[in-house]
Amino acid sequence: MEYEAVIGLETHVQLKTRTKMWCGCANEYGADANTNVCPVCLGLPGVLPVPNAEALRLTALTGFLLNCDVPSYAKWDRKNYFYPDNPKNYQLTQLDFPSTITGFVEFELGGELESVRINRAHLEEDVGKSFHFADYSGVDFNRAGVPLLEIVTEPDITSGDMAYEYLNALKSILEYGGVSDCDMEKGQVRCDVNISVRPIGQQELGEKIEIKNMNSFSGVRRAAEYEIARQIEVLEEGGQLVQETRRWDDDAGITDSMRTKEDAHDYRYFPDPDLMPHRPSKEWLEAIREEVVELPLARERRLMEQYELPAGDADVFVGDAALGNYFEEAAKGLKNPKQAANWVINNLQAKLVETETSVADLKFPAVAIGELIGLVEGGQISSKIAQEVFAEMFASGKSPAIIVEEKGLSQVSDSGELEAFCREAIEANPGPADDFRNGKEAALNFLKGQVMKASRGKANPQMVGELLAKILNG
Amino acid sequence: MEMDLSRAVKLARIELTPEEEQRLAPQLGEVLQYVEKLNGLDVSGVEPTAHATPLSNVMREDEPRESLSQEDALRNAPKTANGLFVVPKIVE
Repeated sequence: MEYEAVIGLETHVQLKTRTKMWCGCANEYGADANTNVCPVCLGLPGVLPVPNAEALRLTALTGFLLNCDVPSYAKWDRKNYFYPDNPKNYQLTQLDFPSTITGFVEFELGGELESVRINRAHLEEDVGKSFHFADYSGVDFNRAGVPLLEIVTEPDITSGDMAYEYLNALKSILEYGGVSDCDMEKGQVRCDVNISVRPIGQQELGEKIEIKNMNSFSGVRRAAEYEIARQIEVLEEGGQLVQETRRWDDDAGITDSMRTKEDAHDYRYFPDPDLMPHRPSKEWLEAIREEVVELPLARERRLMEQYELPAGDADVFVGDAALGNYFEEAAKGLKNPKQAANWVINNLQAKLVETETSVADLKFPAVAIGELIGLVEGGQISSKIAQEVFAEMFASGKSPAIIVEEKGLSQVSDSGELEAFCREAIEANPGPADDFRNGKEAALNFLKGQVMKASRGKANPQMVGELLAKILNG
Repeated sequence: MEMDLSRAVKLARIELTPEEEQRLAPQLGEVLQYVEKLNGLDVSGVEPTAHATPLSNVMREDEPRESLSQEDALRNAPKTANGLFVVPKIVE
């Protein structure tokens, strides 16, 4: 029997705010334990949480980036459970009226365009961090109350690879949008996987199994692959799957059972009485909508279409948005934008890396790249001299035309002057000259090289080739 | 009406002696019965709401404020070590 996997992901992402969700404590990684805490985030009695406006703004922005709707009413609920990292004994979250609903994420998988539907992205709070010692555990509440967005997909994912690519796409969208730094090392992105298998053609879903404890996207991929194979094996051996929560052991590369449905938590959700609902106004939403940036995949496709760039070049400009913006500036009005891409990627990027500077530090305007290309195309300078001009542009910020003028780099296209160079080269190298006369075409290149050298690269190479051939055949 | 306490006791992480259970079960049952009266109200024309206060969009700017010192934060903790709140060993 053939089986198929049905996978949904719940991804938790820390929002890039200065302060926590309900209090003014810093949202900061790496501070000394329990120094970014106050009565609110420690869950002391008698305190009142107040929502962080910036977190609400980033949530709505995420909604737009993920093609979601932002409903006109959202509220917060208490999810009750006891755990040492949860100081209030409840987590504030959004149960039935989340801030954003029904969207989708598009990405490429094996050259094909894929889409995963988003059920919701709701705003909640992070918990503290536990440390485990030989005979006790310790809790640092610096992370407790950090705004956390839970992004829930529909069960549209069918493989570990697809889960992996979805997560990468989601991460780059959130980074691009400035919503989260998505630093895995700092635990800013965490993921739970819901996974079941069923015989192909069967409508009814199999028993859903949730996997926790994956701390990398590749871990999610491996856990999903392992779990799909495990579930199919159980079914094929005539066994039964039960709804349960399993833990991913990254070192062993296996999942093992944490708890079954009978032990499932009873969270006893109810509306939080301290937090008033959020009713986003039209003006507020419109202002946020204006901040929506072009997403990586859309940008890649547009660059390929608009400037006829190969995928490799477009990828570079997606990966480094500032460099991409610079390229677009340079390519304005150019007949062949690919040439500008070559300069920006091969020369400019290399120089920036070499000098440890960024696009913002550049001394010359993007339009100078087009001017430089124009000088080469117009035959005023050779492409070799253009490299020299570029280095000078980078160093001084002067325009290409001025550099050519000042340094006397203009290409020699005067046939009288060139002919003198050619005759000198032939005279000085009788061997190769004879070789060419005897039919060895390649010998011409050697002579051409000598002329270029003698002219310090300024001779028009095409004219030199023609002149040499004419003289030798004469 | 008596309430089955076992589930509530488990969820609240508390322990009751058999005597306490005997005394509390009918009392809590009475409370439930009292609240049950609300079910007799006709609310067919009333829109459900999570809040009775006519307030929304209460929020604050994303401006950091001073936090407690570590010493103050841990002051009420029964046990501390290395700046952490010490809790029984977590095994899940």
